[in-house]
Amino acid sequence: MDLSFSAEDIAFREEVRAYLAENLPTHISDAVRAGDELTKEVMEEWHAILNANGWLATTWPTEFGGPGWTPVQRHIFEEECCRAYAPRIVPFGLSMLGPVLQAFGSKEQQDHYLPRILDGTDWWCQGYSEPGAGSDLASLKTRAVREGDEWVINGQKTWTTLGQHADWIFCLCRTDPDAKQQSGISFILVDMQTPGIEVRPIKLIEGGHEVNEVFFTDVRVPYGNLVGEENKGWTIAKYLLTHERTGIAGVGFSMQSLEEVKALARKVQRGGRPLIEDPLFASRVAQAEIDLEAMKITNLRMLFKAQQQGAPGPETSILKIKGTVINQELKDLARRALGPAAAPFPGYVTDGNLMFGPADSANNAARYFNNRKTSIFGGSNEIQRNILTKTMLEL
Amino acid sequence: MDFNLTEDRQMLADTLNRFLAEQYAVEHRNKVAYDAPFYDPSKWDQLVELGVLFALAPEDAGGFGGTGFDISVVFEAMGRQLTPEPVLGALMASRLLVSAGEDQEALLAGATKYAVGFTEIDAPYELEYIACTASAKGEGYTLSGRKSTVYGGQIADTFLIAAKLDGKVALFEVQAADANVTGYAMMDGSGAAEVQLDDSPARLLMADAADAMEDAINAGIVALCAEAVGAMDVTHATTVDYLKQRKQFGIPIGKFQVLQHRAVDMLTEIEQARSITIKAAAELGGEDASRYASMAKNLIGRAARLIAEEAVQMHGGIAMTWEYPISHFAKRLVMLDAQLGDTDYHLGRIMAANRAA
Repeated sequence: MDLSFSAEDIAFREEVRAYLAENLPTHISDAVRAGDELTKEVMEEWHAILNANGWLATTWPTEFGGPGWTPVQRHIFEEECCRAYAPRIVPFGLSMLGPVLQAFGSKEQQDHYLPRILDGTDWWCQGYSEPGAGSDLASLKTRAVREGDEWVINGQKTWTTLGQHADWIFCLCRTDPDAKQQSGISFILVDMQTPGIEVRPIKLIEGGHEVNEVFFTDVRVPYGNLVGEENKGWTIAKYLLTHERTGIAGVGFSMQSLEEVKALARKVQRGGRPLIEDPLFASRVAQAEIDLEAMKITNLRMLFKAQQQGAPGPETSILKIKGTVINQELKDLARRALGPAAAPFPGYVTDGNLMFGPADSANNAARYFNNRKTSIFGGSNEIQRNILTKTMLEL
Repeated sequence: MDFNLTEDRQMLADTLNRFLAEQYAVEHRNKVAYDAPFYDPSKWDQLVELGVLFALAPEDAGGFGGTGFDISVVFEAMGRQLTPEPVLGALMASRLLVSAGEDQEALLAGATKYAVGFTEIDAPYELEYIACTASAKGEGYTLSGRKSTVYGGQIADTFLIAAKLDGKVALFEVQAADANVTGYAMMDGSGAAEVQLDDSPARLLMADAADAMEDAINAGIVALCAEAVGAMDVTHATTVDYLKQRKQFGIPIGKFQVLQHRAVDMLTEIEQARSITIKAAAELGGEDASRYASMAKNLIGRAARLIAEEAVQMHGGIAMTWEYPISHFAKRLVMLDAQLGDTDYHLGRIMAANRAA
């Protein structure tokens, strides 16, 4: 039993920290710190910076252009990125489609798409959820019918994150309506410029535009855009979801949130003293801090296991459940710390006329509301409990 | 980074688990835990022979362990069987004797049983508020005051007592024969004592013992947390087994999602409890030992109560009976919160640290 990082890992952390200090532009880290909605240009700029250093596709094997890091090194990298207020890497191409193509794609597909993900030519989005298929994803209805050398796709996808920027979408489509639910699904790549596709924005609870509906009307794509075997898309979908769950604990982001809450609670006054001296508020901060401290070790334990076994196990669902709950609690504390000053709608209160506190706390209410999504997306926390029920408890 | 036990510790864990499982069948455990002297003297000797006490002390004090992970291995195994032997007192006394530079051969050989008297009714956790006082008398000292719920006190030969001396918290040694000791069983089994001191002769070990006591308490907290993790693992496994076997409405109750999700939440909290215990064990003896001990004891307090209450509720009436083992696990899990600082006390310490930072 030894919780210390190896000398190589410590040196790696230093290297990452120095790199970020040197290469992360302040206009980007300022926007992240402020919780602003990031523009496409900012996200692409950061993507290109990391790619130039070979540090973009952190989970890819070296043969496809990954840096060849261990899970622990990836964890260190993520932690340092959070610490420096680097933007989250848009995951759809890099963490989702990339691993899928590497495992299931043809040589041609790998050679064509993977470099375009790295150099930013193609922005990908995810066509999974539908209005009638959320947690019960296998009940999806979007139809793909083969006609000669083409698929003809009709249906609707929803919650398509950053689809407004996307060049391509990877879709789960029903290709055999007579088969049992999970067996009649295929994984198909679709160019967003194809006639018949319409993207409509969904305005979220806090007013932001992150997600979209995507409508498909007689959309024709080449048959060769199928990934893996026809009607075997569910296997791919499940594979992708396990990749989505790694790093899901969001420990780095929660550490960031905790520091923000503490800094704010020392600045803000209540009853003639700093809020951090209010026992009711302080006890919630302390409890979240303790839970997060335990979470850090739980995360490392699972990383260690993944490193030994070669893949993350089903217990990563624990990270998703607990990680999101802790982060949501911290976002709630950040909102409450501001009191009525959290009420102004984002954009109205700017640096100059803030009542108090760091300018970057102006969006705390918006962040609280936006963050309610984390226990819903990527397999809701209830679905994670179902997974654990089956895999860990065998009930 | 390595989350595996070393070979030696794994061996100790295996040996202990096997021994305790054989020797502490639940009927036997309950008999010795609730009948005076509230432990099993013959098994105590066997535990000592297995090297349990030596594992708790560092090499330069005559042991072969003494780190946080040595402690957690021993106590996790004991937690799995609700072992009532007075090992916690031995551990804390051993830490104190190391700090005081005292010989502990008799302790490690199991020949002299020690109990640690810090707790008082109006100062259960905070040493600075204790009322027990020391007075110089001749070449030595006498103590007056009352120590409460001294775990293992009912069979101790020697007490290590915290008392005020010139405004500081000092550590004294008092022989059981020189104190008025009233032993009793605890709600969760095993024994403790009220120790009344009335000008009782005492030997001064340390005039300013605050740091030494803090270290002993931190070690004791690692022990209690590990004991809780062991007990929670068994409680959860038993509960999940029961969900598979017990049928109502014609199906196993484990098919009901309302129970499935609660069983998963128990699992999640136990993994968090295991994690924070590992952290506290790793930090024991270091600069931040008290901080992580407090974090661990707080989280364990919350988790242990949740596991105890949920296990009883999900079992239903059977877990309310003395006969069914879960009732005893539930009692231990709930009651250990009151040892060495409860959930609120330790949360307060983290709050104070945040205020000061």
